[in-house]
Amino acid sequence: MSAALNTAVAFDTALIEHNSRLRTARLTLPLRSDEDVVALRRHVRERAVAIALSLVDQTKLVTAASELARNTIKYGGGGEVHLDALEDGFKRGIGLLFVDSGPGIPDLDMALRDGYTTGGGLGLGLGGSKRLVDEFEIDSRPGEGTAVSVVKWKR
Amino acid sequence: MERIPILRMGNLLLVTIQVDMHDRLAMTLQDDLTERIVSDNAKGVLIDISALDLVDSFIGRMISNTAAMARVLDAQTVVVGMQPAVAITLVELGLTLHGVKTALNVEKGMALLGKNIF
Repeated sequence: MSAALNTAVAFDTALIEHNSRLRTARLTLPLRSDEDVVALRRHVRERAVAIALSLVDQTKLVTAASELARNTIKYGGGGEVHLDALEDGFKRGIGLLFVDSGPGIPDLDMALRDGYTTGGGLGLGLGGSKRLVDEFEIDSRPGEGTAVSVVKWKR
Repeated sequence: MERIPILRMGNLLLVTIQVDMHDRLAMTLQDDLTERIVSDNAKGVLIDISALDLVDSFIGRMISNTAAMARVLDAQTVVVGMQPAVAITLVELGLTLHGVKTALNVEKGMALLGKNIF
Protein backbone atom coordinates (compact mmCIF):
# COMPACT_ATOMS: atom_id res chain seq x y z
CA MET A 1 0.00 0.00 0.00
CA SER A 2 1.37 3.39 -0.96
CA ALA A 3 1.82 6.17 1.54
CA ALA A 4 -0.74 8.32 -0.26
CA LEU A 5 -3.45 5.82 0.55
CA ASN A 6 -2.82 6.16 4.24
CA THR A 7 -3.15 9.91 4.46
CA ALA A 8 -6.42 11.50 5.54
CA VAL A 9 -8.97 12.18 2.85
CA ALA A 10 -8.05 15.49 1.27
CA PHE A 11 -11.32 16.48 -0.40
CA ASP A 12 -12.41 19.74 1.21
CA THR A 13 -16.19 19.61 1.29
CA ALA A 14 -18.69 21.96 2.87
CA LEU A 15 -20.75 18.91 3.77
CA ILE A 16 -18.25 18.12 6.52
CA GLU A 17 -20.08 20.68 8.68
CA HIS A 18 -23.54 19.65 7.47
CA ASN A 19 -25.88 19.23 10.47
CA SER A 20 -22.94 20.04 12.79
CA ARG A 21 -25.24 21.94 15.18
CA LEU A 22 -27.29 18.78 15.69
CA ARG A 23 -24.30 16.48 16.11
CA THR A 24 -23.66 14.92 19.51
CA ALA A 25 -21.00 12.39 18.51
CA ARG A 26 -18.92 11.44 15.49
CA LEU A 27 -17.13 8.22 14.66
CA THR A 28 -14.85 8.17 11.63
CA LEU A 29 -14.05 4.89 9.90
CA PRO A 30 -11.81 4.11 6.92
CA LEU A 31 -13.28 2.76 3.69
CA ARG A 32 -10.65 0.82 1.80
CA SER A 33 -11.75 -2.79 1.57
CA ASP A 34 -14.72 -5.17 1.52
CA GLU A 35 -14.16 -5.79 5.21
CA ASP A 36 -14.48 -2.05 5.94
CA VAL A 37 -17.93 -2.10 4.32
CA VAL A 38 -18.99 -5.01 6.54
CA ALA A 39 -17.62 -3.21 9.62
CA LEU A 40 -19.54 -0.04 8.70
CA ARG A 41 -22.77 -2.00 8.26
CA ARG A 42 -22.29 -3.41 11.76
CA HIS A 43 -21.63 0.02 13.30
CA VAL A 44 -24.64 1.56 11.54
CA ARG A 45 -26.88 -1.30 12.64
CA GLU A 46 -25.73 -0.87 16.26
CA ARG A 47 -26.44 2.88 16.21
CA ALA A 48 -29.80 2.33 14.53
CA VAL A 49 -30.81 -0.18 17.20
CA ALA A 50 -29.56 2.20 19.92
CA ILE A 51 -31.92 5.00 18.82
CA ALA A 52 -34.70 2.45 18.31
CA LEU A 53 -35.20 2.90 14.56
CA SER A 54 -37.84 0.49 13.28
CA LEU A 55 -36.53 -2.71 11.74
CA VAL A 56 -37.47 -1.49 8.25
CA ASP A 57 -35.71 1.84 8.78
CA GLN A 58 -32.65 0.07 10.22
CA THR A 59 -32.51 -2.13 7.14
CA LYS A 60 -32.95 0.83 4.78
CA LEU A 61 -30.16 2.81 6.44
CA VAL A 62 -27.74 -0.12 6.60
CA THR A 63 -28.45 -0.92 2.95
CA ALA A 64 -27.89 2.71 1.90
CA ALA A 65 -24.64 2.70 3.91
CA SER A 66 -23.51 -0.44 2.12
CA GLU A 67 -24.27 1.01 -1.33
CA LEU A 68 -22.56 4.34 -0.65
CA ALA A 69 -19.54 2.73 1.02
CA ARG A 70 -19.07 0.55 -2.03
CA ASN A 71 -19.25 3.64 -4.26
CA THR A 72 -16.58 5.34 -2.15
CA ILE A 73 -14.27 2.36 -2.58
CA LYS A 74 -15.07 1.46 -6.17
CA TYR A 75 -15.40 4.88 -7.78
CA GLY A 76 -13.63 7.13 -5.28
CA GLY A 77 -10.62 4.86 -4.79
CA GLY A 78 -11.37 4.58 -1.07
CA GLY A 79 -11.92 7.21 1.56
CA GLU A 80 -13.65 7.49 4.88
CA VAL A 81 -17.06 7.71 6.46
CA HIS A 82 -18.21 9.85 9.38
CA LEU A 83 -20.95 8.27 11.44
CA ASP A 84 -22.83 10.99 13.34
CA ALA A 85 -25.30 10.85 16.18
CA LEU A 86 -27.83 13.67 15.62
CA GLU A 87 -30.33 15.31 17.93
CA ASP A 88 -32.90 17.91 16.89
CA GLY A 89 -34.95 18.69 19.95
CA PHE A 90 -36.45 15.36 20.92
CA LYS A 91 -35.83 13.92 17.48
CA ARG A 92 -32.89 11.58 17.11
CA GLY A 93 -31.19 10.52 13.94
CA ILE A 94 -28.11 9.09 12.31
CA GLY A 95 -26.00 10.93 9.78
CA LEU A 96 -23.49 9.35 7.46
CA LEU A 97 -20.96 11.33 5.46
CA PHE A 98 -18.92 9.49 2.84
CA VAL A 99 -15.85 11.33 1.58
CA ASP A 100 -13.31 10.37 -1.05
CA SER A 101 -10.71 12.28 -2.99
CA GLY A 102 -11.30 10.38 -6.19
CA PRO A 103 -12.13 11.63 -9.70
CA GLY A 104 -15.49 13.16 -8.76
CA ILE A 105 -18.81 12.76 -10.54
CA PRO A 106 -18.93 14.73 -13.81
CA ASP A 107 -22.71 14.58 -14.27
CA LEU A 108 -24.68 14.34 -11.03
CA ASP A 109 -28.10 14.19 -12.69
CA MET A 110 -26.99 11.21 -14.73
CA ALA A 111 -25.35 9.53 -11.74
CA LEU A 112 -28.58 9.75 -9.73
CA ARG A 113 -30.61 8.13 -12.48
CA ASP A 114 -31.53 4.47 -11.99
CA GLY A 115 -29.69 2.16 -14.32
CA TYR A 116 -26.86 4.59 -15.05
CA THR A 117 -23.48 3.08 -14.28
CA THR A 118 -19.89 3.57 -15.29
CA GLY A 119 -18.68 0.65 -13.24
CA GLY A 120 -20.55 -2.28 -14.73
CA GLY A 121 -22.94 -2.49 -11.79
CA LEU A 122 -26.68 -2.12 -11.75
CA GLY A 123 -26.58 1.65 -11.40
CA LEU A 124 -28.83 1.61 -8.36
CA GLY A 125 -26.33 2.79 -5.76
CA LEU A 126 -26.88 6.55 -5.67
CA GLY A 127 -30.48 6.87 -6.80
CA GLY A 128 -31.51 3.82 -4.79
CA SER A 129 -29.77 5.03 -1.64
CA LYS A 130 -31.50 8.38 -1.96
CA ARG A 131 -34.88 6.65 -1.74
CA LEU A 132 -33.84 4.77 1.41
CA VAL A 133 -33.00 7.82 3.55
CA ASP A 134 -34.69 11.05 4.73
CA GLU A 135 -32.00 13.53 3.67
CA PHE A 136 -29.51 13.19 0.85
CA GLU A 137 -26.85 15.65 -0.35
CA ILE A 138 -23.92 15.35 -2.72
CA ASP A 139 -20.92 17.58 -3.15
CA SER A 140 -18.65 16.50 -5.97
CA ARG A 141 -15.97 18.34 -7.91
CA PRO A 142 -14.24 16.75 -10.89
CA GLY A 143 -10.64 15.94 -10.06
CA GLU A 144 -11.08 16.71 -6.36
CA GLY A 145 -13.48 14.21 -4.86
CA THR A 146 -16.97 13.35 -3.80
CA ALA A 147 -18.88 13.68 -0.54
CA VAL A 148 -22.30 12.18 0.06
CA SER A 149 -24.29 12.99 3.19
CA VAL A 150 -27.37 11.01 4.23
CA VAL A 151 -29.58 11.24 7.32
CA LYS A 152 -32.21 8.95 8.72
CA TRP A 153 -34.46 10.27 11.50
CA LYS A 154 -36.28 8.23 14.09
CA ARG A 155 -40.01 8.48 13.31
CA MET B 1 -10.13 -18.76 2.58
CA GLU B 2 -13.58 -18.08 3.99
CA ARG B 3 -16.37 -19.98 2.21
CA ILE B 4 -20.09 -20.54 2.53
CA PRO B 5 -20.82 -24.29 2.72
CA ILE B 6 -22.97 -25.92 0.03
CA LEU B 7 -24.88 -29.05 1.08
CA ARG B 8 -26.20 -31.69 -1.29
CA MET B 9 -29.56 -33.39 -0.83
CA GLY B 10 -30.31 -35.77 -3.66
CA ASN B 11 -30.16 -33.64 -6.79
CA LEU B 12 -30.60 -30.40 -4.89
CA LEU B 13 -27.97 -28.05 -3.54
CA LEU B 14 -28.74 -26.22 -0.34
CA VAL B 15 -27.00 -23.02 0.72
CA THR B 16 -27.74 -21.25 3.98
CA ILE B 17 -26.16 -17.82 4.17
CA GLN B 18 -25.53 -17.04 7.81
CA VAL B 19 -22.76 -14.49 7.67
CA ASP B 20 -22.74 -10.82 6.72
CA MET B 21 -21.33 -11.31 3.24
CA HIS B 22 -18.64 -9.06 1.90
CA ASP B 23 -18.39 -8.76 -1.86
CA ARG B 24 -15.60 -11.26 -2.41
CA LEU B 25 -17.43 -13.89 -0.38
CA ALA B 26 -20.55 -13.36 -2.50
CA MET B 27 -18.53 -13.82 -5.69
CA THR B 28 -16.87 -16.96 -4.30
CA LEU B 29 -20.29 -18.41 -3.49
CA GLN B 30 -21.49 -17.71 -7.02
CA ASP B 31 -18.45 -19.48 -8.49
CA ASP B 32 -18.69 -22.41 -6.07
CA LEU B 33 -22.39 -22.91 -6.76
CA THR B 34 -22.05 -23.00 -10.53
CA GLU B 35 -19.19 -25.49 -10.22
CA ARG B 36 -21.16 -27.69 -7.86
CA ILE B 37 -24.23 -27.66 -10.13
CA VAL B 38 -22.10 -29.26 -12.82
CA SER B 39 -19.98 -31.60 -10.65
CA ASP B 40 -22.97 -32.83 -8.60
CA ASN B 41 -25.34 -32.91 -11.56
CA ALA B 42 -27.77 -30.83 -9.52
CA LYS B 43 -31.20 -29.92 -10.84
CA GLY B 44 -32.17 -27.47 -8.16
CA VAL B 45 -30.51 -24.84 -5.96
CA LEU B 46 -32.10 -23.59 -2.77
CA ILE B 47 -30.63 -20.45 -1.25
CA ASP B 48 -31.80 -19.73 2.28
CA ILE B 49 -31.34 -16.05 3.16
CA SER B 50 -33.49 -16.03 6.31
CA ALA B 51 -30.46 -15.10 8.42
CA LEU B 52 -29.51 -12.16 6.16
CA ASP B 53 -30.55 -8.80 7.56
CA LEU B 54 -29.43 -6.98 4.43
CA VAL B 55 -29.51 -7.57 0.70
CA ASP B 56 -27.92 -4.68 -1.14
CA SER B 57 -27.52 -4.28 -4.90
CA PHE B 58 -24.32 -6.33 -4.94
CA ILE B 59 -25.76 -9.32 -3.09
CA GLY B 60 -28.99 -8.95 -5.08
CA ARG B 61 -27.07 -9.02 -8.32
CA MET B 62 -25.13 -12.07 -7.16
CA ILE B 63 -28.42 -13.87 -6.45
CA SER B 64 -29.90 -12.89 -9.84
CA ASN B 65 -26.75 -13.90 -11.67
CA THR B 66 -26.50 -17.20 -9.84
CA ALA B 67 -30.10 -18.01 -10.79
CA ALA B 68 -29.40 -17.10 -14.42
CA MET B 69 -26.22 -19.21 -14.49
CA ALA B 70 -28.03 -22.13 -12.88
CA ARG B 71 -30.75 -21.85 -15.51
CA VAL B 72 -28.33 -22.19 -18.40
CA LEU B 73 -26.79 -25.16 -16.56
CA ASP B 74 -30.24 -26.78 -16.46
CA ALA B 75 -30.89 -26.17 -12.76
CA GLN B 76 -33.59 -24.14 -11.06
CA THR B 77 -32.97 -21.72 -8.21
CA VAL B 78 -35.31 -20.79 -5.40
CA VAL B 79 -34.47 -18.11 -2.85
CA VAL B 80 -36.22 -18.69 0.45
CA GLY B 81 -36.75 -16.94 3.77
CA MET B 82 -36.32 -13.29 2.86
CA GLN B 83 -37.10 -11.08 5.84
CA PRO B 84 -39.96 -8.58 5.27
CA ALA B 85 -37.74 -5.57 6.03
CA VAL B 86 -35.22 -6.83 3.48
CA ALA B 87 -37.96 -7.24 0.85
CA ILE B 88 -39.23 -3.70 1.45
CA THR B 89 -35.73 -2.25 1.23
CA LEU B 90 -34.82 -4.25 -1.85
CA VAL B 91 -37.83 -3.06 -3.83
CA GLU B 92 -37.37 0.55 -2.73
CA LEU B 93 -33.73 0.33 -3.74
CA GLY B 94 -35.01 -0.63 -7.20
CA LEU B 95 -34.06 -4.29 -7.21
CA THR B 96 -36.75 -6.82 -8.07
CA LEU B 97 -34.67 -10.00 -8.44
CA HIS B 98 -36.17 -10.46 -11.87
CA GLY B 99 -36.31 -14.09 -12.93
CA VAL B 100 -35.57 -15.45 -9.47
CA LYS B 101 -38.11 -17.81 -7.93
CA THR B 102 -38.83 -17.24 -4.25
CA ALA B 103 -40.59 -19.11 -1.47
CA LEU B 104 -41.34 -18.17 2.11
CA ASN B 105 -39.34 -20.97 3.73
CA VAL B 106 -37.15 -23.98 2.99
CA GLU B 107 -40.07 -26.41 3.04
CA LYS B 108 -42.07 -24.41 0.48
CA GLY B 109 -38.92 -23.90 -1.57
CA MET B 110 -38.28 -27.64 -1.67
CA ALA B 111 -41.89 -28.24 -2.67
CA LEU B 112 -41.56 -25.70 -5.48
CA LEU B 113 -38.34 -27.28 -6.75
CA GLY B 114 -39.79 -30.77 -6.39
CA LYS B 115 -42.80 -29.86 -8.50
CA ASN B 116 -40.62 -28.46 -11.24
CA ILE B 117 -37.92 -31.12 -11.26
CA PHE B 118 -39.47 -34.50 -10.58
